[in-house]
Amino acid sequence: MASQHGAPPVFNNKVVAWIDHRLPIFSYLEKEYHTFPTPRNFNYFWNFGAIATVMLVLMIVTGIVLAMNYTPNSELAFDSVERIMRDVPSGWLIRYMHMTGASFFFAAVYVHIFRGLYYGSYKAPRELLWMLGVVILLLMMATAFLGYVLPWGQMSFWGATVITNLFSAIPVVGDSIVTWLWGGFAVDNPTLNRFFALHYLLPFIIVAVVALHVVALHVHGSNNPLGIDPKGPQDTVPFHPYYTMKDGFGLTVFLIIYAAFVFFAPNSLGEPVNYVQANPLVTPNEIVPEWYLLPFYAILRSIPDKLGGVIAMFGSIALLFVLPWLDTSRVRSCTFRPIYKWFVFVLVIDVLVLGYCGAHPPEGGFVIASRLATIYYFFHFLVLLPILGKIERPLPLPPSIADAVLKKKAV
Amino acid sequence: MRRSIVSGVLALAALGMGTVAIAASDEPELKEQHWHFKGPFGTYDRAAAQRGFQVYKEVCSACHSLNLLSYRNLEQLGLNEAQVKGIAAEFQVPDIGDDGSAIERPARPSDHFKKPFPNELAAAAANGGKAPPDLSVIIKARSGGPDYVYSLLTGYVPFDQLKPEQIKEFHVTKDDNFNLYYPGHRIAMPPPLADGKVQYVDGTKNTLDQQVRDVVEFLAWASEPHLEERNRTGIRVILFLLALSGLMYAVKRQVWADQH
Repeated sequence: MASQHGAPPVFNNKVVAWIDHRLPIFSYLEKEYHTFPTPRNFNYFWNFGAIATVMLVLMIVTGIVLAMNYTPNSELAFDSVERIMRDVPSGWLIRYMHMTGASFFFAAVYVHIFRGLYYGSYKAPRELLWMLGVVILLLMMATAFLGYVLPWGQMSFWGATVITNLFSAIPVVGDSIVTWLWGGFAVDNPTLNRFFALHYLLPFIIVAVVALHVVALHVHGSNNPLGIDPKGPQDTVPFHPYYTMKDGFGLTVFLIIYAAFVFFAPNSLGEPVNYVQANPLVTPNEIVPEWYLLPFYAILRSIPDKLGGVIAMFGSIALLFVLPWLDTSRVRSCTFRPIYKWFVFVLVIDVLVLGYCGAHPPEGGFVIASRLATIYYFFHFLVLLPILGKIERPLPLPPSIADAVLKKKAV
Repeated sequence: MRRSIVSGVLALAALGMGTVAIAASDEPELKEQHWHFKGPFGTYDRAAAQRGFQVYKEVCSACHSLNLLSYRNLEQLGLNEAQVKGIAAEFQVPDIGDDGSAIERPARPSDHFKKPFPNELAAAAANGGKAPPDLSVIIKARSGGPDYVYSLLTGYVPFDQLKPEQIKEFHVTKDDNFNLYYPGHRIAMPPPLADGKVQYVDGTKNTLDQQVRDVVEFLAWASEPHLEERNRTGIRVILFLLALSGLMYAVKRQVWADQH
């Protein structure tokens, strides 16, 4: 696809031409972000990759400013965050943007993943593109967890204790690994120090993997709602200005909702108890992660065995790596998969149920519900998906994108 | 377009879930109050917060610290520099003198609020083994926020008005303080406020309800001193983004016109 362009661009500006002759960054931008042929039939779901990228940049920028004012010491961390909130000029804004930004980054990425699931964006030839995306998700989860520990509130401390303790489930070496992670025999100052160092490091690794994700995307170009390949220029439009403008519009709408939370309900997505300074002697009534990790937390707790729970939790994400091979259907888009289409929504409901269970103490009905939902989650990927691809009769695919788009207009 | 609305609803539902899930619990429903600082246009009622400071100073501060605040912060509540200097000077704070010896001197506006106890151990020892919590962010640190603190401070039930089953279920004795809203109901803090406890300098009627509302207003400000600036900025930002998205939509339509 990328090789289909015409002659290389000619730059009128002499400086630009001089640089480009030696380091073709302008040619690259021209090719990949201007003339890049993009399917003409994207819906608004295709905004969320760009939105997630903007959120990543926003998190890094606000994070660097926060790091300038934060003190990674167990005695001082909590007060240093409050100092940012009270005395650092606009510190409250930077911190609330960062705090709420984590939630909205995840929200954007989850919609982006749903888009990939529904329209089969993970299928050949985009398997590696999808797998790099799963790596990004894992890195995001690690980064979010590490960052949540930094304010050194009660939930920071006890969340860190619970999650690091998971590694003790590993046979033989588990306890040594936990001691190594902690840098001591309990979650304490050394733990906070290394978590801060890693929280600063991982986002840049995310940037690197995002770069690979984009490179992989630009080899075969984007998938589209019909899931069929563009067959010629009539099926595509140049990325700029068509999709830069559409992404720009989607982004501003997203930012309106984000701003509403930042300015009017910044603490509604967090746990109040994290405004109590960490106290190793007092355990909070309930230890729960942030909303975006709740479904995985529910899977962890649904298995009565600790090691089993850890395996199930990591397994639920590891499954996504092999998703391209679990799905046996050759049709990408759910638009043409009359049965599977509904099961994607059932999966979404299943994950929401898991999230709801994850927020509640594992008692009574929540135990049963989270076990059933966990079983269904694995059933979906391991049984339903491979079988459905064989027995489902997909609807006839349109001959081309242009054909489908023009027909729809005529109706 | 319809699909993207569905996706938006789904995303919001996912976002909402965490909060809804936490709100559900078997504690009695909080007494929901109308607060001056609620909502996107909320501001702090300066007069109420000043009265609340008086309640804190005369009652709460005997046991509860307010570590994150400095006397200078009181200027935000409408007190002038001289008044703040005067308030600070009422307190003797520990310091180190020019010759290196430990001294006490009158507090300055730049000093943090004086702690009732020199350290946490002393606070715990003087209060039956557990230090009273710092109140700097108490409104943000409790689910239900201002409504919880209001309900708690007005939620005491005297021993002789308790039902026998309450006494039995929660193992209440004559020396315990029973509070409807405190988790577990037995609270170490005796009822701190009552009708007529604080004589307001501005002549406001000093009912229990009034004192509690005032001190909650003060503590809400202490927890979130930049709320007014946040609300003002938020409204401007959202208006700007609305205008920008309208513009973006118009440009997008214009750009796409030749493709439809």
